[in-house]
Amino acid sequence: MTNIPETGRTPRVQIRLVVIQILVVSLLLTLGGRLWYLQVRNGAEYAEEASGNHVQQVVQPAVRGEILDARGVPLADNQTRLVVSASRTELMKMKDDGKAVLAKLAAVLGMSTKDVADKVRLCDSKTPQPCWNGSPYQPIPITDEATPKQALQIRERSEDFPGITAEPTAVRRYAAPGKANTAQVLGYLSPVTDEEIEKAKDTDSPFLRSDQVGRSGLERTYDKQLRGKAGVTRYEVDNLGRVMGKAKSDKAEPGSNVVTSIDARVQAAAEYWLNDAMKKARQEFDKNTGENYKADAGAVVVMENKTGRVIAMASNPTYDPNAWVGGISGKDYAKLTGKKSNYPLLNRAIQGQAAPGSIFKVIPTTAAVNAGYEFHGSYPCPSSYSIGGQVFKNFESQGHGNITLGQALEVSCDTVYYKLSHDEWRKDGGNKPKKDPKDWFYRTAHQFGLGKETGIDLPNEVTGRVPDRQWKKDYWKANKDAWCKQGKKGGDYAERIAYENCLEGMKMRAGDSVNYSIGQGDTLVTPIQMATIYSAIANGGTLYNPTVGKAIVSPDGKRIEEIKPKAHGKLPMDAALRKDIDGALADVATKGTAAWRFGGWPQDKIPMHAKTGTAEVYGKQTTSWFATYTEDYSIVMTISQGGTGSGASGPAVRQIYNAMYGLDDEGNQDLKKALLPKPQKSLPKIQPDGSIDAPKVKPFKPAKPKSPEELQEQQQQQGDPQDQQDPQDQQDQQQDDQQELAGAPAGWRRD
Amino acid sequence: MAGTSGFSVSGYGPERSTLSRLFARDSVLRRLDWWILLAALALSVIGSALVYSATRNRTELVGDDPYAFLIKHVINIGIGLALMAGTIWLGHTMLRTAVPILYGISVFLILLVLTPLGATINGAHAWIVVGGQSLQPAEFCKITIILGMAMLLAARVDAGDREHPDHRTVVQALGLAAVPVAIIMLMPDLGSVMVIVMIVLGVLLASGASNRWVFGLLGAGALGGVAIWQLGVLDDYQIARFAAFANPALDPAGVGYNTNQARIAIGSGGLTGTGLTNGSQTTGQFVPEQQTDFVFTVAGEELGFVGAGAILLLLGVVLWRACRIARETTELYGTIVAAGIIAWFAFQSFENIGMTLGIMPVAGLPLPFVSYGGTSMFAVWVAVGLLQSIKVQRPLSA
Repeated sequence: MTNIPETGRTPRVQIRLVVIQILVVSLLLTLGGRLWYLQVRNGAEYAEEASGNHVQQVVQPAVRGEILDARGVPLADNQTRLVVSASRTELMKMKDDGKAVLAKLAAVLGMSTKDVADKVRLCDSKTPQPCWNGSPYQPIPITDEATPKQALQIRERSEDFPGITAEPTAVRRYAAPGKANTAQVLGYLSPVTDEEIEKAKDTDSPFLRSDQVGRSGLERTYDKQLRGKAGVTRYEVDNLGRVMGKAKSDKAEPGSNVVTSIDARVQAAAEYWLNDAMKKARQEFDKNTGENYKADAGAVVVMENKTGRVIAMASNPTYDPNAWVGGISGKDYAKLTGKKSNYPLLNRAIQGQAAPGSIFKVIPTTAAVNAGYEFHGSYPCPSSYSIGGQVFKNFESQGHGNITLGQALEVSCDTVYYKLSHDEWRKDGGNKPKKDPKDWFYRTAHQFGLGKETGIDLPNEVTGRVPDRQWKKDYWKANKDAWCKQGKKGGDYAERIAYENCLEGMKMRAGDSVNYSIGQGDTLVTPIQMATIYSAIANGGTLYNPTVGKAIVSPDGKRIEEIKPKAHGKLPMDAALRKDIDGALADVATKGTAAWRFGGWPQDKIPMHAKTGTAEVYGKQTTSWFATYTEDYSIVMTISQGGTGSGASGPAVRQIYNAMYGLDDEGNQDLKKALLPKPQKSLPKIQPDGSIDAPKVKPFKPAKPKSPEELQEQQQQQGDPQDQQDPQDQQDQQQDDQQELAGAPAGWRRD
Repeated sequence: MAGTSGFSVSGYGPERSTLSRLFARDSVLRRLDWWILLAALALSVIGSALVYSATRNRTELVGDDPYAFLIKHVINIGIGLALMAGTIWLGHTMLRTAVPILYGISVFLILLVLTPLGATINGAHAWIVVGGQSLQPAEFCKITIILGMAMLLAARVDAGDREHPDHRTVVQALGLAAVPVAIIMLMPDLGSVMVIVMIVLGVLLASGASNRWVFGLLGAGALGGVAIWQLGVLDDYQIARFAAFANPALDPAGVGYNTNQARIAIGSGGLTGTGLTNGSQTTGQFVPEQQTDFVFTVAGEELGFVGAGAILLLLGVVLWRACRIARETTELYGTIVAAGIIAWFAFQSFENIGMTLGIMPVAGLPLPFVSYGGTSMFAVWVAVGLLQSIKVQRPLSA
């Protein structure tokens, strides 16, 4: 065996075997290279893709924080309800888009098939409510009022109801403690939209698909704090979606509770009396229009003078905010937003604006004094004041002789302000204004904070308007084309006005200035602005940003972030002037235009200050304004198309004070009955577990008002000297009304 | 010869004991190619781990026993090892005489697939089920085609009659391969057809057949591919696989899904992998057929570049040593058999791993030694036996 046998291989085979070997090696190297490329070079990218592959998120919505009143009574809390929801993605997978399932569901829930179908359709520009405004991937709630029996039916026959779930869920409840519905202040929630998710994606509080977002009121302002953080459990799932393990789990963090300065009891009283005043106004005859007052809207604000905190804020017409919970029905939505609805969603205390009428007069009074006029000087109060043939009347063409500015406030004498304003207008150059006019009356209004937001912690506050030179110019620019087209010399009233406006609408005319000085014309204010101003007069001159939120309490009660009062300005008046105006406003309540509404008021114990106002609105009935304050509180009420200040709003404001101070109609105080004789300084008691003590609130029951006859007797017995004007005396009341008409009757522009 | 001397120690008879014979210099064990054996064993061990990882929570397959597949796989390896030992014991030259019978049996078996005994598993009608055990006879065909072609092509050359096989012999050899290819095409099992075509090419190359045959076959293969495409012989799913290969984004939820998920699994493994049984893609069963055709994705995800690279390296060792055997054996018969096996292993590994890496279209082929599957496991171990036999029977060079 020493001979090496001949191999059977020729060089050809030998070469080919080498070729095969090279081929084999190159194939393996190709694989190795590709493997390196996938795993090492692009590994991270694929790892990310893999994690997206097999992770499913399950969201546990955070329990939304409660909104509490100043004593801890929940105004908005949560309630566990059985919510039946439909998954759109599941329904759309079915042949008939889930119609059969929805029909079956409707039968179980006792709803109409159409109602159910409407709830799961997606909102777009052409689809009216009800429709689903949230993400199409989120289960859509059909009802949050399922009975346990219905829920059981759905759950037990889950194969009959694919894509339908019935789960106990925490839903918002607006508890309306003691009938304090507080609707517009609280606001409402609705599902987050895709745009909002996109927008908030990179912020520190991104939205989840399931989130409900505060759309107005406190729910919106404090949305971030109330919302909390939804719990997200990330499950690793297999290719069929079966759960294999928990990847990561963030526990849901409940939202913080917001303690407000609202006192549910006072709020209930304010709502009751506002509504009551409007009902009564509708029974009053308006001789200017020849029909009863419409009293179509109203608002009242109760504010703490020394902090700007809002104790009560009511807007009428109102609605039940629970209508939004669990998706609003089409009927409810129409009721709340339709043309005939009169827009109950509006918070008229901050979004309603109207000419202020005579409650404005504290501003021209301050302006006059700052312009150099003596407060205690002597000013003629004739029955009318004329400018170049135009006659501007005082109430009922009544004159008061020479009076001080204080008395002008007290009797609400218009002609005093006409003259002061007219004089100043002339000093500023009249029709040919100086380059740098002083504009005392306008400047002062700005200094009082008019024409801009008060900065209240509620969304969508409106600014009102100071019709100064700049505004006139801007307004003319915006409207001149229309005016010049419509205007006709010697045409009808509207045409003549348009003609006049076309020619000199950009100018500040004498008539404008004069009308402005008594809070008429183009001036617009909101109730919250006037409450801020009267509070400032009461507190020594500080204009506070009104606040509703008082503190934010973390869910465990450990962190309490107080919302401190913040000022945005000082009234432009020195201490002496403040004292003078304060005195004059007290006189209004004791012997002036509001006196007949404060018969029996314990002025020595609780000094009352007031100013009435009745504003003209072209083509409408007069707006009733009533601005008042005591040492601690201010109350401003307004009723649109409601009549006079003292006539329509006066009794309601007094009743609110009565409830707060525990007074009866005769002025006897019973502190046990007093709801809030002193402002609530402390926060509600927070238990170690984070829960907040809440006293029980009984439904607000107004003290049974005395019948008019009783009232009459009482007053006669008391023989109140200030109240010679018997409220039952139609004549006298009319006179008072006329006082409030403040200047020229309807159509003041024409005069 | 050493070993017999006057001083025989008690206990040492004139006959060497079995043990010492086994370890004698010229013994079979000493002459085995241990590189191939150990590399193939290592691949099988890794494969067992991967099969376990891929199947342990597939309750629809394994029921309550997460080890069901692992146990079957290990048994298959055991049977494979026994088949290898048997093959070595018989020897490839001995088998040479039995080739006609073996070939006949294998063709008969693939014909059975076309009868009602045949079964469709995973879209491929390539199985027969006997007594609950499914077999893929095409795997055996790969061996009998190699042996049969080698027998024909080497006969004259090894006899010293000719330097290279003549044209007639080549035609006979091609005819021998064509019969089972045609039957397998009818199943159709395109993956096996591709592998057999590669085997035929390797065999022809190694046989020293004229270049014209080699290139002619390449040309015919290309033409055949076009014809198959044009004539619509392919099933829709097969066309779809190619389409998805050309453009994986085509239908990520459908056909492209497999390749996409496979690539995600491998890519996410990174350098060192997630660790065995920790791969989320594997555990989540995002890759289909992960214990068989896509077993490499488990390695990619859970063992990373290191582990998957090791598989490539081990395959490389097997193929490198096989090439050496092919080059060093004395008879052309052994060379051709070895070359056929090289072509088989190399192409099947390249196609299998290549499809998981997205550089080859998807075809249902197992990864030699690693994938789960009895028939394939038996076949590759028989092939290893053949390689060993070629090495063992080569006369010692010193």
